[in-house]
Order: sequence, then C-alpha cells, then structure tokens
Amino acid sequence: MTTSAPSIIAPSDADSLISMRGIKKVFITDEVETHALTEVHLDVQQGEFVAISGPSGCGKTTLLSILGLLDATTDGEYRLAGEAVSDLSPAERARVRNRQIGFIFQAFNLIGDLTVYENVELPLTYRTGDAALDPAERKRRVIDALERVGMSHRTNHYPAQLSGGQQQRVAVARAVAGEPAILLADEPTGNLDSQNGEAVMQLLQELHKGGATICMVTHDPRYAEYADRSVHLFDGRVVEDTTHEGKRSARAGSPVTV
Amino acid sequence: MLSRPSQDAHARSTTSSPTTLVSLRNVEKSHRTSGGATYVLRRITLDVAPGEFVTVMGPSGAGKSTLLSILGMLDADFTGEYVFRDRPVHALNQEQRRALAREHIGFVFQQYHLLDELTVAENLSVPLDYRGVGKSERAARVADVLDRFNMVGKKDLYPRQLSGGQQQLVGIARAVIGEPSLILADEPTGNLHSAQAREIMELFARLNAAGTTIVQVTHSDENARYGNRTINLKDGWMEP
Repeated sequence: MTTSAPSIIAPSDADSLISMRGIKKVFITDEVETHALTEVHLDVQQGEFVAISGPSGCGKTTLLSILGLLDATTDGEYRLAGEAVSDLSPAERARVRNRQIGFIFQAFNLIGDLTVYENVELPLTYRTGDAALDPAERKRRVIDALERVGMSHRTNHYPAQLSGGQQQRVAVARAVAGEPAILLADEPTGNLDSQNGEAVMQLLQELHKGGATICMVTHDPRYAEYADRSVHLFDGRVVEDTTHEGKRSARAGSPVTV
Repeated sequence: MLSRPSQDAHARSTTSSPTTLVSLRNVEKSHRTSGGATYVLRRITLDVAPGEFVTVMGPSGAGKSTLLSILGMLDADFTGEYVFRDRPVHALNQEQRRALAREHIGFVFQQYHLLDELTVAENLSVPLDYRGVGKSERAARVADVLDRFNMVGKKDLYPRQLSGGQQQLVGIARAVIGEPSLILADEPTGNLHSAQAREIMELFARLNAAGTTIVQVTHSDENARYGNRTINLKDGWMEP
C-alpha cells in the first residue's frame, strides 16, 4: 500500500503509540532559518517495525531526535503512548524518554572503561523518583537483556575485547534493558561490515517478533527491507509510506521524486 | 599470567626509582594460533614517572592500543610484571584491578564514548557513579569541572548538539572528573579537524603542566610534540 501525503490530515489517533501531527522543526543559526522538518504527520502502532529513510539532509535524523525526545519541536503535536509530549520542559522530556525510549546509535556509544554489564546497567541508574529501580530488579533486567542478545557470557569483558558485531549486540541490550515502549535506532549498521550488519538486523527482527516497536533511520534500502513499513522523507516531509506485504520483500514502488 | 612471590615484587619495586608511577617489566602478550603464538607485544620494559607526558607511536597493528589497554588495566591477559604506584597489577584479581584503575586512571577515547541520550552534565557524572561518590559531591564536582572547562552553558545539551571538538572536551572533562593520576588517551584527536585538535592538545598540555601524567597513542607528529618523550612500537617491539 502506498499513499502520498494525504490531502486531509486525520485527527490525532489516540490509540497510536506515536502520533505526530504537523511537526515542524526550524533551526536558526547566524540569522539563517533552516527548515529541517516542514510538516510531518506520522502514526506508529504498537508492535510496528518502521524504517525511516531518505537522502542526507531530508530531516530523518532530526525526526529521530524529536521522536526520541532529545529535541523539542518548533510547532505541531506529538503524542507518545497517549501523553502529549510536544510542550514538555526539558526535564519532563528526559523523564519520559528514560522510561519510554531505548536508543541504538551508529557508534554503539559503549564506554570503553566500563564492562559489558556496567554499560547495559548505566541508563537504568539514571531513573529517579517513581521510575527508580531497586538493585535486584536492575540486575534482573541487565542479565535478561544480555541473554536476549546472546551476550550473557561476556558480562565482565570490556568493549575493546569484543568484535564490532558483539559491541552492537551489547548496545542493543542496553537499549532493551529499560523495557522501553519503543526502540529508536539511528543507522545501527553504519559502522559494521555487511555480515555483522545483517546480524544486527536479524536481532532487531527477533526483538520485533517478540513484540518490540522499532523505528530505525537508515539510508540503506537493503536494511529498510527488514522493517514491515518504510517511511520515506524528502525535504522535511513524508513523501512515501509503504507497508511491506512480506518481510524482506522488495520495496513496493520506487521512491517518489519531487 | 606469571605468579611471583611477593618478596620478588617488593625487591623489584625498590630497584626501580621510587618516583615511578608505571613500571612494566618484560610485558608480553600473544594470541594462540594454529601455527603457534602470534605476539602482539614483545618484552616491553617501560617506566613512566609522575608528571610525564609520553607519546606512543607506530604503524597500525604495532600493539599501541593493546599497550594502552594493559596500562589501563582493561586487559590482564599478559605475561611479565606491571607495577602501578607500587601495586603489582599482574598479581591482582579483576575486582582489585578495577578498583585501582577507577581510583587513578582516566580514559579519553577517539570516539568520545559519550551517551547520546544523556546530557553533558549527566555524561560527566558517569565515572563518579561507578566510584560510589555521593549525590551532592557528584553535583559539586560536575559543576566544578563544567566551570573549569568553560562548559556551564552547555551542561543541559546532548552530545549531538555539540561539535566534535566540544564532544571531546566533554570526553576529557569526564576523564579528569575523578582526579586521576594518569590519563590514557587513544587517538584523542583522530576524529577532529586541525584547529579542534590543537585546542584539545593544548588542554592536555595544561593538565600535564598541572601535574597529571599522560600517555597518549597517536599517529600525528604534531600531537607527539606536546609530549616530553616518544616511544615507537613496531610489530610489538619497542624500538630503541
């Protein structure tokens, strides 16, 4: 199913895990306005695996930052798990982010002088107040997450003692340990050779089968095919939104040129 | 790993200069392969005195990063002796090594190793969390280091909102927040353009002038000039 940008914007869908309406993001540097996101409407349902792609400069990284509550919108409405999050203060955004979102970054972002166990545990230690976890629960989640990615035999290793693919598995474990509502992956295969890249994609697919909701930014169409839906951005807008009939099927429809 | 009688270790520490911070004696590391052993480091004997700024250079695969990992106590799979501040690292267990490294060593990495979902201030706090520093003391030290590094205005920003040079500044601030006696830096300017690299190297020079011992791995002759001594590695051997 391919749809171009709808002419009538549906009202915000209360049942969606993610619901964005008219999201705009403008950066102002040296009095020059850059419109990174012109107008984005996007709904993501619980359990979806969405690939966000587009040429460099199309706004996909900005979109991921906003989805991940690392950055605020200039205008528009963003609801995450039913909560309006577009107008939150930075501190409130951090609270929601820490509970609801797990990040997987291109550079793995593992800290070299912390062990595998400590790297996975780290984000959990930043939960405070109601969301704070007691040490036993923290330990359970860390061990559980490392088991899910097949790295529980390496808890005392340091990142430099692991291959790139193993490091990325640890990074995935760190993202899932918080049991987030959604996983956001930013070019998760960008630093890996194709074999390790495939392995990470298979891991994401397994998590997806286990019920995880995933949004992944990628510029590589081969990896986008692992998702069950492709959102194509161009010039700060969604220009194509394709649901794949079968996993890893060739992309239905060629990218829209505007 | 060689087990040595403690007497031996004691005798050794008195023969080297009492002012030695790091002392390696015949350190070797190898990987077993089907055809025997492949050596990564061969007979490395090296002393670093407090206050030195040592540069380790050599081609790719020469063993530079491995040497840094051993110095940083991240890699204990070697033979020979490593004495750090009169403690025999080669004879310590993992917990003891970790405690020793956490107390005395700060790391700076080429890829910064910042967490993108934590603010600058939260990233700076990470090493203190793992040293069991109390909450108010953590906040005080973070505020102090933000001030020293002129980053107070950036404390609530996320790494991706900073330039590469600024991210590495945070990386160095995180390394020094625990007030280490030794900083280990692995290609700290490898991802930076030359103006940013100079800024970072000048910061290292200032930290060194204030008393922090530094060992850096670099490919850059320009960066090596900030140090007081250069060690060249080739195929695992230290060149004379």
